[in-house]
Amino acid sequence: MEQIIANGLYLGAQYALIALGLTLIFSLMNVLNFAHGQMYVFGGFVTYTVVVQLGLPFIVGLFASAIVLAIMGAAIEKFLFAPVIRRSKRDESTMLLAAGIAFFLDAVILLAFGEKQRGVPKIVNGVFNWDMRIIMPYDRILIGVLAILLIVVFIGFMNYSRTGRAMRALAQDKMAAQLMGVNVARYSMIGFALGAMLAGLVGGLLVTITGVNLGMGGPTSVKAFLMIMIGGAGVISGAIAGGFILGMMESVGLTVLSAYGDITYLVIFATLMVFLAVRPQGLMGKPWG
Amino acid sequence: MNAKKLLGFAAFLLAVFVLVPLIIKATGRSDFYYTLTSVALLSVGAAGVWLTFYIGRINIGQGAYALVGGYVSTILVTQAGVSFWLTLPLAGLFCALISVLIGLPILRLRGVYFAMVTLVLTEVARLTALALPITNGAKGITSIPLPGEFSLFGITIIPAFGSLANPRFGFYIMAVVLMIITYLVLWRIVNSRLGHLCRSLQQNEELSASIGVNTAYLRVLAYAISSFFGGIAGAMFASIAQSIYPSSFVVADSVNFMLYCFLGGLGYVFGPMLGTLLLYFGWDLLSIAREYQLLIYSGIMILLMLVLPNGVLSLLDKKEGRA
Repeated sequence: MEQIIANGLYLGAQYALIALGLTLIFSLMNVLNFAHGQMYVFGGFVTYTVVVQLGLPFIVGLFASAIVLAIMGAAIEKFLFAPVIRRSKRDESTMLLAAGIAFFLDAVILLAFGEKQRGVPKIVNGVFNWDMRIIMPYDRILIGVLAILLIVVFIGFMNYSRTGRAMRALAQDKMAAQLMGVNVARYSMIGFALGAMLAGLVGGLLVTITGVNLGMGGPTSVKAFLMIMIGGAGVISGAIAGGFILGMMESVGLTVLSAYGDITYLVIFATLMVFLAVRPQGLMGKPWG
Repeated sequence: MNAKKLLGFAAFLLAVFVLVPLIIKATGRSDFYYTLTSVALLSVGAAGVWLTFYIGRINIGQGAYALVGGYVSTILVTQAGVSFWLTLPLAGLFCALISVLIGLPILRLRGVYFAMVTLVLTEVARLTALALPITNGAKGITSIPLPGEFSLFGITIIPAFGSLANPRFGFYIMAVVLMIITYLVLWRIVNSRLGHLCRSLQQNEELSASIGVNTAYLRVLAYAISSFFGGIAGAMFASIAQSIYPSSFVVADSVNFMLYCFLGGLGYVFGPMLGTLLLYFGWDLLSIAREYQLLIYSGIMILLMLVLPNGVLSLLDKKEGRA
């Protein structure tokens, strides 16, 4: 039982970090970023390149992932999303763009990094063993703690910094924020860059444990969508709650339902459908986004 | 105006039934039949997605219904020995029935929420197909017999596909006929009272409910019709490929259905048809670029979106505006 909870917390911290980036982008620009999973994979590959091929320390790789992805996110917002949002008749047109970017990133990853599964050697060795009740490798604990730390930093940033306040104002009411002198174009770009950076950071963290491969992008996006649906789209607390809930459900499901075959996700999806029928806006979302 | 439309329709018929076979014969690229058959069937599915767009919902779940339709038809053909031609409408009806059950709760959702739930629905369909015993798990169902003869009052209307000299051509004709019927139905729906009501839903659901439109009924109806199209498209696909697997229709296919609609233009009934042709045929032609195929394809898609954010058919808007 303790083992299941520990696994769930570890998974939940990763998931929450992925969902945070997605929900930030959604709340600022009303864009469902289909390419989020691909950005995550890209971040993983950047860390891999820096650590394994250039032989630099892991922390450098992590920073490289964050910087590369932040620049990429800013560029995508400025040159692709902003013009399309300005000119299209329906908000949903951005979905085609996002899906196009997802395909494009897939292609870039394929050409730049190949289709093989890549991983980074363990950063710390050894296994934590508490009386055979919780067994967890130290590197997993380290990654989990780092993820939680990042979440705390992110919340602090959103709550207390000037940029964070501006972005929260934008998410609440674009028009009002604009009238108060918030530069919408600039903060949309920063927000997108921040969201992409978070995706890259998770990629960089997880490449040490599970590795990354080309095919992971799409499923990761679907999982991230699940999380923000559970918690409510566009709400930061919701994304964190959704991430931890999904992590916990996955951990419990894999243990309890393993006797019935690979049906954990089927059960999670079915539960979600029922849950959304009762509460369409998720746990903490505003009605109708 | 009406004569012009009829002329356009006649030209379209001429193009698909006479010109395309002639061109294919001249170039000797008979593999294009298969590509064009896929285009026709995918555009049937996309027509359904377009109808849900028409009531203001983003539907990324068409792959689920295509998969369900494919399995229903396959299981009926292989295990109950039902004629394929009978299973085609049955698959559609089964999908419509499921979509009513699923749609009743989830159609209350809007915008991105609905989009995400339908996306998840595709995953649910795939996982269900993996878990159920009747679908044979990951191994799928293979060597499905080709569609047999279809006769009415002793007159053979469609010959058995096994006896045809060129089954590819037969499938092409069948798929195109299905596509034409689908789009005629869709066009009729849009230009009927039902279509007007759907448009009112797209613009403002509360407002249309306030003047007495039964919005709950309408959106379930539109969703059921949409899923019907998805079901028959999937059934045909399974029959042409003579096999079906849980991975026959995945999230990427659902997303593609949506993209076809976007690219063609959401304001036009024939938008999804054009979008499917451009994207799917374009993808096929780009296979000469080998490893750069996906890069070029997605690059063009992004560029198209930057230049024409309202779909390819929005070019027509501008012309009408100037005139």
